[in-house]
Amino acid sequence: MDNHRVYLTGVGGQGTLLATTVLAEAAIRAGYHAVTSEVHGMAQRGGVVESTVMMGDIKSPIISDGEADVLLGFEPVETYRAMRKCSRHSVVVSNDVPVIPYTVAIGKGLYPNVEKIFDFIRSQVKQLITVSAQQLAEQAGSGLATNIVMLGALAKSGVLPIPKEAFEETIRTKTKAKFVETNLRAFDLAFGSTAENKGNH
Amino acid sequence: MHPLLTQEEGKKLLLLGNEAIVRGALEAGVAFATTYPGTPSSEIGDNFFRIASVSELYFEYSTNEKVALETAAGASVSGLRSMCSMKHVGLNVAADALMTLAYVGVRGGMVVVTADDPSMFSSQNEQDNRIYARLSSLPMLEPTSPQEAKEMTEAAFELSEALELPVLLRTTTRLSHCRGIVTTGALKPLHTKGTFEKDSSRFVTVPANARVRHKVLLAQAEKAREMACASPFNTITGAGGWGIATSSIAYNYVSDAVQDLGIQDRVKILKLGFSYPFPDKLAVEFVRSIDKILVVEELEPSLEYDLKVTAQSNGLAIPIAGKGPELFSRLYEYDPGMVREVIARFFNVDYTPPKPVDIKEDPQSAQLPMRPPNLCAGCPHRATYFAVNSVLAETQTEAIFPTDIGCYTLGLLPPLQTADFLICMGSSVSSAAGIARATDQRVIAFIGDSTFFHSGITGLINAVHNKHNFILVVLDNGTTAMTGHQPHPGVDLTPPGWDKPSIPIADIARACGVEQVSAVNPINLAKTKAAVKEALDSNELSVIVAKAPCPLYERRVTDKKKKKRAFAVGPGCATDCTTCIDTFGCPALYKDSDPDADTPMIINENMCIGCGVCVQFCKEIRPKKIRAKGGD
Repeated sequence: MDNHRVYLTGVGGQGTLLATTVLAEAAIRAGYHAVTSEVHGMAQRGGVVESTVMMGDIKSPIISDGEADVLLGFEPVETYRAMRKCSRHSVVVSNDVPVIPYTVAIGKGLYPNVEKIFDFIRSQVKQLITVSAQQLAEQAGSGLATNIVMLGALAKSGVLPIPKEAFEETIRTKTKAKFVETNLRAFDLAFGSTAENKGNH
Repeated sequence: MHPLLTQEEGKKLLLLGNEAIVRGALEAGVAFATTYPGTPSSEIGDNFFRIASVSELYFEYSTNEKVALETAAGASVSGLRSMCSMKHVGLNVAADALMTLAYVGVRGGMVVVTADDPSMFSSQNEQDNRIYARLSSLPMLEPTSPQEAKEMTEAAFELSEALELPVLLRTTTRLSHCRGIVTTGALKPLHTKGTFEKDSSRFVTVPANARVRHKVLLAQAEKAREMACASPFNTITGAGGWGIATSSIAYNYVSDAVQDLGIQDRVKILKLGFSYPFPDKLAVEFVRSIDKILVVEELEPSLEYDLKVTAQSNGLAIPIAGKGPELFSRLYEYDPGMVREVIARFFNVDYTPPKPVDIKEDPQSAQLPMRPPNLCAGCPHRATYFAVNSVLAETQTEAIFPTDIGCYTLGLLPPLQTADFLICMGSSVSSAAGIARATDQRVIAFIGDSTFFHSGITGLINAVHNKHNFILVVLDNGTTAMTGHQPHPGVDLTPPGWDKPSIPIADIARACGVEQVSAVNPINLAKTKAAVKEALDSNELSVIVAKAPCPLYERRVTDKKKKKRAFAVGPGCATDCTTCIDTFGCPALYKDSDPDADTPMIINENMCIGCGVCVQFCKEIRPKKIRAKGGD
């Protein structure tokens, strides 16, 4: 069975850890062995949250530099910052909606031009797929569903051998009952709307 | 029902390493569990906490790790199966108890979980707690996956009862916080009531008894060594003339690397899950069968030294290497690529590592904004720090800030910068005493509520008795916030069904003999500043309890949204005034990037919780009329 290493990165509060578990459960549902890793504690207070999902015959729960097959970035600058995990062979799926770091908000730094950092990413990896996750999540009924939108975009890309139904069934059984409808809507919106590597988004 | 209580056997669950440990304990019939929360061990206690509310299991968040260990030991010497979990530095706190508990031993099985943190994701150091096994002569098990964490936990209880010794179970952050598939076994019924059978010659460690008991301990440790040699957790696999010895999470990196490099038929792997006492006979068998050995273990060269000693004692002189230049470091956690590279170099195997994307090749990366963690919007700690800084600025006083461990350590960062010295839990109070005594500087120490109970009180009594002069500010947010909102003995905002008495911190301070004790709500800036001013003016040991609930915890426990007050920056906000950014630093207050904006500063209404502290120091920030629709 083939192996897949997925690296997830985002900002505390974006729900990357739930996305990590849903992705792993969906991989298991698709017949894969899966291992994940997460970072808890101080790192989560408004900082960067990184996690991994490994599918297949892999025992190591973490990903070394240059070894991610897929990078799922929940925030443009964090996608860019995590590029060291990628190589020429990687596929990157990124949210294009910034979460402005506090350093920028107080004028102690500049948020880069999202299109320009995406141009760089495009020049370095096999494929970049961008999605306006925040908007789609709100369209689905809640900005909190950004994480599920990201999974929808990942599912649509087809880079992982996990069928749409495995994601949907996992969302139905593993996310909070009162959010299931919104989450499924968010997933479907993303599944139907990703702008694929077109140079604009 | 709690998912870890499923009766179904053979069910496959995707569990965190910490959850797998809890399941293993339940399958072993654990009846008594204690902890003091600390990343990366916290989820063990948190799951027991929830399970205890729906089962016969007894669980408590103890005031610190020493108390937790002694309480669990009391249950185990009375015949119950107990588990005590903590982070690696917690075992330092509990070490006094552990060292001599090893002498007297236990009756019901007792498993002590130590969760190490290589790379210090959430800790002040990265000490290797395998050394505690050697120091205490107690057996240690080190799982490599959640499934093994469950199996080893169960086995650890059996081992503990067979040897009448507590058993150490060591994880690292990567094991505690990785998820893997775990297959459930049968849950054992709990044995929840024991009897303490008196045996003072064993359990009372006066020197005459302790001398006997040390001998017993060493004899038991030798039995444990025999058991380690035969343990299914210690294996030699593979074939060929090369050898790799490994344990814990590093085993996974080794196993993957051997596959990736295609050297399966050239390498034997010695995997030690039951790593202490060192299984010498198995190790000799391994050393004899190969030509050279690479030892792959994070942090200290523990396994490496044991192998070298064993080889030397048996007259074996093959190369054994682990730490060193071109090899492995004693620093930080390892990763699969690094392990693969060192293995390839050591055994001279062709290998080209992948080329990572380097954003430094992109000029835009030079100015990439950082995203450090920050105190939340509305956090009462920020208000307290702001009040202290304001009074110091107004009175042109400089102060040294010994601080402590919790969310509030983030006061270190600009603009608050209220942290000057921190080594461990409780150090704020006692180091403040030393700094104040040794200098003419003013000292204002900060400690959280849970940390105060953990190890602040003895330092405070010491300060009263020895007439030390500093101000201690207790940042009382009513919960142990950093590790996931666990309760502590001072909580008054409690989860439903909570029936434990609350012990007010101000009362404790007074009982310790502190004469200047004040309690303020830090959200009230004027009163908080007055309390700080008064303490500074009095120039004697003072305690200020700054008490306001953690907003995240309050929201979670009360489960109802408070009517939110909204605020806006008025038109008088001057372009050149950046006081709010430079001194307060609430993440909800930020600069409008639009140069033509009405006001240079804006309030992010989604982030603002309406605490209203900023209104008290900036007259341009005013309450905003809330639209009827968006009332809450």
